[in-house]
Amino acid sequence: MAATRIEVPRSAIAITLNGERTAVEVDNRTSLLDLLREQLGLTGAKKGCDHGQCGACTVLVDSRRVNACLTLAVTLDGAEIHTIEGLSDGGELHPVQRAFLERDAFQCGYCTPGQICSAVGAIREAKDGWPSHVTEDLSAAAVVLDDEEVRERMSGNLCRCGAYANIVPAVLDAAGEGSDDGTDLPRREEFHPIPSVEEVAG
Amino acid sequence: MSAIGASLARIEGIEKVTGAADYAYETTAEQETLYGWVVQSSIVTGRILDIGVDAVLALPGVVEVVTWRNAPHLEDTGDGELNVLQHAIISYRGQPVAVVIAETLETAREAANVLEVSYSAGESDVLMSPDHLRLYAPDKVNPAFETDSVIGEVDVALADAVTSIDHSYSTPALFNNPMEPHATTAEWQGGRLELVDSTQGSSVTAEQIGALFGIPGEAVHVRAEHVGGGFGSKGSPRPNVPLAAIAAKITGRRVKLAYTRQMMSSLAGYRTPTVSRMRLGADADGRLTAISHEAFSQTSTLFEFAEQTAEATRHMYAAPNRRTTHRLVALDVPTPRWMRAPGECPGMYALESAMDELAAAAGIDPIELRRRNEPERDPELDVPYSSRDLIGCMERGAELFGWAERDPRPAAHIDGRWAIGTGMAASTYPAMAQPSGAVVTAMPDGRYRLGINATDIGTGSRTVMRQIAADALDVEPEAIDIRIADSNLPKASVAGGSSGTASWGWAVTKACRELRISLQTGMTIPPDGITVTATTDAEIAAQEELSRHAFGAQFVEVRVDLDSGEVVVPRMVGVFAAGRIMNPRLARSQFIGAMTMGLGMALHEVGELDTVLGDYANHDFATYHIPACADVKDIRVEWLDEEDTHLSPMGGKGIGEIGIVGAAAAVANAVAHATGIRVRDLPIQPDKLIADLPARF
Ligand code: FES
Ligand code: FES
Repeated sequence: MAATRIEVPRSAIAITLNGERTAVEVDNRTSLLDLLREQLGLTGAKKGCDHGQCGACTVLVDSRRVNACLTLAVTLDGAEIHTIEGLSDGGELHPVQRAFLERDAFQCGYCTPGQICSAVGAIREAKDGWPSHVTEDLSAAAVVLDDEEVRERMSGNLCRCGAYANIVPAVLDAAGEGSDDGTDLPRREEFHPIPSVEEVAG
Repeated sequence: MSAIGASLARIEGIEKVTGAADYAYETTAEQETLYGWVVQSSIVTGRILDIGVDAVLALPGVVEVVTWRNAPHLEDTGDGELNVLQHAIISYRGQPVAVVIAETLETAREAANVLEVSYSAGESDVLMSPDHLRLYAPDKVNPAFETDSVIGEVDVALADAVTSIDHSYSTPALFNNPMEPHATTAEWQGGRLELVDSTQGSSVTAEQIGALFGIPGEAVHVRAEHVGGGFGSKGSPRPNVPLAAIAAKITGRRVKLAYTRQMMSSLAGYRTPTVSRMRLGADADGRLTAISHEAFSQTSTLFEFAEQTAEATRHMYAAPNRRTTHRLVALDVPTPRWMRAPGECPGMYALESAMDELAAAAGIDPIELRRRNEPERDPELDVPYSSRDLIGCMERGAELFGWAERDPRPAAHIDGRWAIGTGMAASTYPAMAQPSGAVVTAMPDGRYRLGINATDIGTGSRTVMRQIAADALDVEPEAIDIRIADSNLPKASVAGGSSGTASWGWAVTKACRELRISLQTGMTIPPDGITVTATTDAEIAAQEELSRHAFGAQFVEVRVDLDSGEVVVPRMVGVFAAGRIMNPRLARSQFIGAMTMGLGMALHEVGELDTVLGDYANHDFATYHIPACADVKDIRVEWLDEEDTHLSPMGGKGIGEIGIVGAAAAVANAVAHATGIRVRDLPIQPDKLIADLPARF
């Protein structure tokens, strides 16, 4: 196959990023991960595989955890995104961040932002009654997290340093800190209706 | 109170949990940075005929394509892997053939994908075997051990033994796979090269890259503030570093370049596949009369890496007749390199599996067998151990694990669909130290500035160096500002061989003690402080000849699913005697992390060689499974207090690697106990068990 001229369609999108309305123009090929890391200077989300296989890039989109490397930025017009940089509220660490520090739930730290965002999402999912592979009672309004549940729900986040034995108790510590503390995301600004692409571009 | 021994939290912890810690690809520069993308060969051996550079250069946003035709000349430094883009010859599949440089990451990636490369392919040979016709004996094995050792009459002793075993054990190619793929940011400033690199040692990177470009090491400035793991794969520069430097040179711009996860299996180094033929002979009491360990592994045609697979066997157990050999074959493959406990890790899987088989054959408890073969001095070096507490580790581990209740009969404990078993294995790793330098300054405001070119690849060395300095200066750790991972600091050794703490800490201790002495003269401290620099070359050279090793014992329970053959490890216990432990909190993380990696080696990890394509086929985390959270249940770690005055002044033996040594054997031994099936080829995947599993009842 001969190299052909690469067409580079670009689109304007508006997202709410860590509570701030942000309008950006993106190359349609750009993943959310590369948008954050290369265009917006938010390098907390990590690239471990770029294929949805390691979880290092986990961020929260509309409060649910996603692999930022598998999400094309252009699809996120109107989304509310929280990254690791937006988890701590001012100087105050998020309970999951605190628990990771207290439990030494990391070594090199490269998987850590993804683990933490994933834990925030997992705690919320359990609270919302989402069952996992190991959940016994599929009809419970909320799933009570235990070691087995946390291990299962956190298995999308690989840690080659092998900190799992500390990550599981850290997630449980944070989950146990009360129904709100463990999961709530700081909102510095109310969620605004999202303007159309034209409005942003104009 | 001593700072050494305190469970201080990581200095950089908050940066790491808030996403503020910058890794090599993330140094936010005001100036524009170009993106480099590596193009890899799709043939195993042969020549590049042509590369369709012009078509790709015509694409918008592509700045340059570097191939062997326009790459700057690199000096031959003896490592063919680093001599990238110097000629059209291909030596393995996945070797770099070009770097595409573009304004954006997306464009670089797409342009690299459409770059046309035509080849003329040659014959290739990629399969290692212990019968390979081109096996040879290397001059030395990594890093400088004798290739072979022979004491006594092994064959005679084996023939006369009351109990003997003769089995081969194999371990597959394994990939280090640190979570941060190798990455380099490079920029030339006149004749000087600025690098931010994901490396385990910025001194060695500066030296080697300087030599490649024909400039002094001091003209290369390397920083590695945060490194997302390495496990040996970043212990020396890999092709990413010269590729980024070439790209920066040819464009005159700042360029950053990272491997994809897929590139890691060919361009980052890996653990060689190994085969170990083990022969053990024992008398009626279970005392070893002969130990023979013949090891086979592979290297590439570009660089000789000879893994010291049988080295640990030389120091473990007493036996009057002994032999170890290493044979190597140079194949058309990427060069295998260090992966966590190279040599000890695969070799001890073989020895400790063989010891378990011998124990079963002789009807002796595995711990008792090891106790009966405890040597008084190092059996091959013929010198005393600086300290050795394998027996203490086994005893404490047995107690924690509940070994005494064990029914030794295999396949005797079936519970519904589960066959349950337990196993143990010994661990060992050498305690080493390399010469290093450190600089410390006393400031007039009462604070201290410590500079030590350590690298923190997740070990916590930044924190531990501060603890060591605090004790040597007799101040609070908080009074010390520490700088690491910068080649402008005095030269220091790599974070490897479990030797970082000893090597760097020794230099830190010396510099701080000398500073204290000069402060005692009561002189007033000038505004820019009083600075002392120290190096430890003399101290390291003057070490008396002793056998310095850490020891440990690992215990594992397995449950084997009789329907599927899946192995689950509900609990692991590790007890280690590794000298003085500098920081229990960080040490525990190292041990559990290494045991977790050992669990992956035992059950999951295998580089699957495609002999037709000439490459490992499973290049990503979907196909190369490393332990995930659900694989790891209860891991319990302890260590024995060990005072050893024959080590560095801090008295530690190093703990980064010993935790992986023996873990796989303990799992394999437990599987044999649970099922009666001895798996001698890792990993223990269900297909190796399913046909022969005991019946459910
Ligand atoms: S980088 Fe997105 S899952 Fe690995
Ligand atoms: S902390 Fe290093 S990969 Fe998880």
